[in-house]
Amino acid sequence: MIEQEVTIKNRAGLHTRPAAALVKTAAKFQSEFYIIKDGFEINGKSIIGVMTLAAEQGSTLQLRFEGVDEEAAAKEVIGLFERGFDEV
Amino acid sequence: MEKKSEIVLHGIAASPGIVLGKAYIFTKHVPRIEEKSIPADNIEIELSRLDHAQKRSQKELEKILQLTEEKVGNQKAKIFEAQIMILSDAVLFDSIKKRIQKELKNAEWIVHKEISKYQQLMLKSPDEYMRERAHDVEDVKNRLIRNIQQDLLISRFEKKSVVISEMLTPADTVLFSRNDVLAYATDMGGTTSHAALLSRSLKIPSVVGLKTITKQVQQGDWVLVDGYAGTIIVNPTRETILRCNKRKREHRQFEARLELIRDLSAQTTDGKEVRLSGNIEFSQEFRFISQQGAHGIGLYRTEGIFLRSETYPSEQMQYNEYKTIVERAKPYKVVMRTLDIGGDKVLAENYSEDNPFLGWRGIRILLDKPELFLTQLRAMLRASAHGEVWIMLPMISGIKEIRRSKEMIEQVKQELRGKNIPFDENVKIGVMIEVPSAAVIASDIAQEVDFLSIGTNDLIQYLIAVDRGNDTVSSLYQEFHPAVIKTIHHIIKAGHLHNKPVSMCGEMAGDPTATLLLLGLGLDEFSVAPIVLPEIKKIIRSVSFKETEEIAQRVLEMKTEEDISEFLRVNLHAMVPELLLE
Repeated sequence: MIEQEVTIKNRAGLHTRPAAALVKTAAKFQSEFYIIKDGFEINGKSIIGVMTLAAEQGSTLQLRFEGVDEEAAAKEVIGLFERGFDEV
Repeated sequence: MEKKSEIVLHGIAASPGIVLGKAYIFTKHVPRIEEKSIPADNIEIELSRLDHAQKRSQKELEKILQLTEEKVGNQKAKIFEAQIMILSDAVLFDSIKKRIQKELKNAEWIVHKEISKYQQLMLKSPDEYMRERAHDVEDVKNRLIRNIQQDLLISRFEKKSVVISEMLTPADTVLFSRNDVLAYATDMGGTTSHAALLSRSLKIPSVVGLKTITKQVQQGDWVLVDGYAGTIIVNPTRETILRCNKRKREHRQFEARLELIRDLSAQTTDGKEVRLSGNIEFSQEFRFISQQGAHGIGLYRTEGIFLRSETYPSEQMQYNEYKTIVERAKPYKVVMRTLDIGGDKVLAENYSEDNPFLGWRGIRILLDKPELFLTQLRAMLRASAHGEVWIMLPMISGIKEIRRSKEMIEQVKQELRGKNIPFDENVKIGVMIEVPSAAVIASDIAQEVDFLSIGTNDLIQYLIAVDRGNDTVSSLYQEFHPAVIKTIHHIIKAGHLHNKPVSMCGEMAGDPTATLLLLGLGLDEFSVAPIVLPEIKKIIRSVSFKETEEIAQRVLEMKTEEDISEFLRVNLHAMVPELLLE
């Protein structure tokens, strides 16, 4: 199991497009992927769940990966957050 | 059978045309969901109902998406993006299926329970964007449930009807158009709503903002929709129908004649040329506006891009949109108004004011939120490298706001120069004159800026102290109040004193009754809703500037609104007899 904290960097936050990119990336891996925010846990492979998070710029999220390819999954997903979903 | 009496309802003309048809009252389908237990043997049946509904919903949305893309382009189609993604959310559907198997309940009940969970969370969010997404989720949920119950959305809809509804979504507008809808009439909405835009590009007459039409019309009533005048006549008499048929013919002939002058300039018979430009909010309106023969954009409202996208659009996103508009307007200019919204739209949390019209809006917000303002200015200046851009500041009430704004524009220019990013060094800066204090000091303002633009809608409200949205006092809202005309006269003189052009971008600029007067007062540019543009051009091309100057002089001496409006009507009719006045 891998756990890591990330911060939302892009200005618009986790709106539709980044949410879709996140879900799409997570879906490439077998590992389970969960996002925890304010004590609320959602499945990171579910677009409706990620949309519900309403994560705005500056907010921190706890990510959890669990499964055979958890390292690769964590690397790619965290990379997305670090690049601010390629938005400003 | 008792003969129903004729009722006339007034709204806002959103898409032109006159049509008579039977009313189809479209009520948003709110499915009835009952909790039912199912025997374990029936699990497979419930799962296949769900599966079928999911596929069907996906197909429906894809069809809407495709239709929208064909008719109005990719950008508009994004409205449906989030819904389509939810429909292919494997995690969501897995948990719905598991719950059906475990709880042994009917599919629509579980869909309702499961999706509502997310919806509740979204509705609780302080973020307005999130609460709006909750409506998307609601739409998806209802669509799924309806498809589980295998209801058809518009099964009762008879072809060639007039659709009457409280409000229409863009999806409704596109879908009905496939069923030969004759016209749309809605309680809510304005001319810039997505549905109004779509109905214009689909060439379906429509009247919006009718407030109570859904309560005054019954299923199957005959209704006459007049998309020129913005009226609906319910149960029209034979005489009314004949009269409207005649008007319809006249309009067709008139439109054919207008077509002939489309590419000509707005020039009076004695050779004075004024500029006739259009007001727009979305780049998709461009086709319509150039069809109408506009020479450039006199008011580009940037609110559209802010309100339709999540939180603030990035500089790049704004730049792309502005660039598209600037390039399409070539060789003419685009007057871009910086963000003009109230405080409730800017703050994520619930922000409300006792008196929003006198509150935190327009330039006041921009100066308080420099990051927002600078980003927009950067995008606008960058767009100026691709064509002629004029920047216009809204809600200016004094010189200080102008100077501060100009400093910020200079700051952005410096920054762009430093980074070698191209922009037009001579971008013109102007202000909207819509606050009475700005009107009074128009001459001082004219010395600070490159142009003035009169925003009549707010100016009239502020000048007469009347909210025209308030039915009790709205009759006091008078375009031809002598104080309004004297103020406009004063602003135009102030601009000309310092050799600065003066335009008008409020509704008054597009009112044919006002054209002679405004011409005579020396207005340099009329920026109007595209729908009325050919008519205004026709008037300008039919009269001499000298005559209109005399008219303006006479009007300036008149004491009441009634006298002025009557005088202008009579003269317009005499000078441009072929005009069809509502």
